[in-house]
Amino acid sequence: MTEQELKAIICAEIKKVAPECDPESLDPKENFREAFDIDSYSFLQILVGLNDKTGVEIPESDYTKLYTLAGMVAYLSARTT
Amino acid sequence: MGEFCMPSLGADMVSGKLVEWMVPPGTHVRRGDIVAAVETQKGLFEIEIFEEGIMGEPLVQPGQEVPVGTVLAMITPVEGAAEDEAASETDTAAPAAEQAEAEQPPMETESKDPAESAPPASSQRIAASPSARRLAAELGVDLATVQGSGPHGVIQRIDVEQAGQQQSAEQTPAAAPPSPAPASPEPVSQAKGKPAGEKTALQQDGMRQAIAAAMSRSNRDIPHYYLDTEIDMSRSLQWLEQKNLKLPIRERILPAVLLLKAVAKALRDVPELNGHWLDNRLQVKPDLHIGFALALRQGGLITPAIHHVDTLGLQELMQVMGDLIERTRAGRLRSSEMTDGTITMTNLGDRGVKTVYGVIYPPQVALVGFGRIQERPWAEGGMLAVRRCLTATLAADHRATDGHRGAQFLEALNRYLQLPEEL
Repeated sequence: MTEQELKAIICAEIKKVAPECDPESLDPKENFREAFDIDSYSFLQILVGLNDKTGVEIPESDYTKLYTLAGMVAYLSARTT
Repeated sequence: MGEFCMPSLGADMVSGKLVEWMVPPGTHVRRGDIVAAVETQKGLFEIEIFEEGIMGEPLVQPGQEVPVGTVLAMITPVEGAAEDEAASETDTAAPAAEQAEAEQPPMETESKDPAESAPPASSQRIAASPSARRLAAELGVDLATVQGSGPHGVIQRIDVEQAGQQQSAEQTPAAAPPSPAPASPEPVSQAKGKPAGEKTALQQDGMRQAIAAAMSRSNRDIPHYYLDTEIDMSRSLQWLEQKNLKLPIRERILPAVLLLKAVAKALRDVPELNGHWLDNRLQVKPDLHIGFALALRQGGLITPAIHHVDTLGLQELMQVMGDLIERTRAGRLRSSEMTDGTITMTNLGDRGVKTVYGVIYPPQVALVGFGRIQERPWAEGGMLAVRRCLTATLAADHRATDGHRGAQFLEALNRYLQLPEEL
């Protein structure tokens, strides 16, 4: 999967829990949980969605690496290619 | 013959709009069935019925907004039904007079001022369950003097029992005040103070108005006291992390679930915090239905109840909580979830808050708040360590409990959170 494809998947999952947000226009290095006010339940739903779409297992201890779009893309890209 | 009325989905609701009938007339409905969808200031809700019988013709059409307590449809008891409430009432002649009084044409109810149809204060139509009516007739209790503890203030059998006991203890039935004045419920005064012209403004920002009404009432009527304690969560979180390691991502449990369960267990030890303050006294509730405060993305707050928290395992509780959150977002909450809460829990940890000083949701008598989990210095046994901690607060109604009991609750809560494997 290319980084572009991954980013599209990630943005789609974020929009599922926060429909009014525009993740594409957010600085990829910004903490999107804070920017979009994503609580821990919604964050877990995003990760469940990413697991479905990419097949990547995300242990709880790695959650902190996934608080930015750039972090998510890097994490998933390293495990899907 | 039973009545299916517009329910009150909380202390702040005056009227509701019938959006949809979910079952056609003639349907055999059972207790707990969803029969209608109603829209209030707080959104769309699925309305359950609490009686068995055959659904009558709709008396209110989709799109109509009617005051709380308005009869939406009649329920005819099923021939030979096992439900004694519905079945045997028709055989009993005694409550017939009251029945007649209750079965006034719905049109009249509709045109009435909303204040008058708020169930507990209405002298024209007293909302009571059929078995409560029957018992009241047997005991000679005047329903107008009884404060209902059921959903939207409906008088239940137990209320009549208690009133009957009081009455016989006093041996002077005349001493019972003929009017329900001392327990004047709040929605009434709200409604009275609201000119009809303000209705549009109310609809525009209904959620805010609803919260404002409930919280103003709380702040005015409830003498709050606040306690807080620091809880070392390290052990619980380590245990949970180990457990989650073995679980696929969609079954993983969030720390909030541990908190919910620990609150339920601690309430078993200090039951006085789990109940309603009604009719100038504390009514401890036997079931633990914890209102779970959820912030809505479009703004506002809703606190649907999670039923019987104490009977659910952690994984089950996680599923139930997830389901509740999803349905809250989708506007598919059920009426019982809006009325059954016996205490509220607010978790603002995700928002980085350290301490929550809660405002109690009437008629409840306590609110438990949790702040964020963060590493803090922790001194124990002469040693300094870094632990993952959170601040737990209790806001409680001083009419119902004292600080001593409140402290025992927080102590118990801490104890349970140190033994996660037993939650």
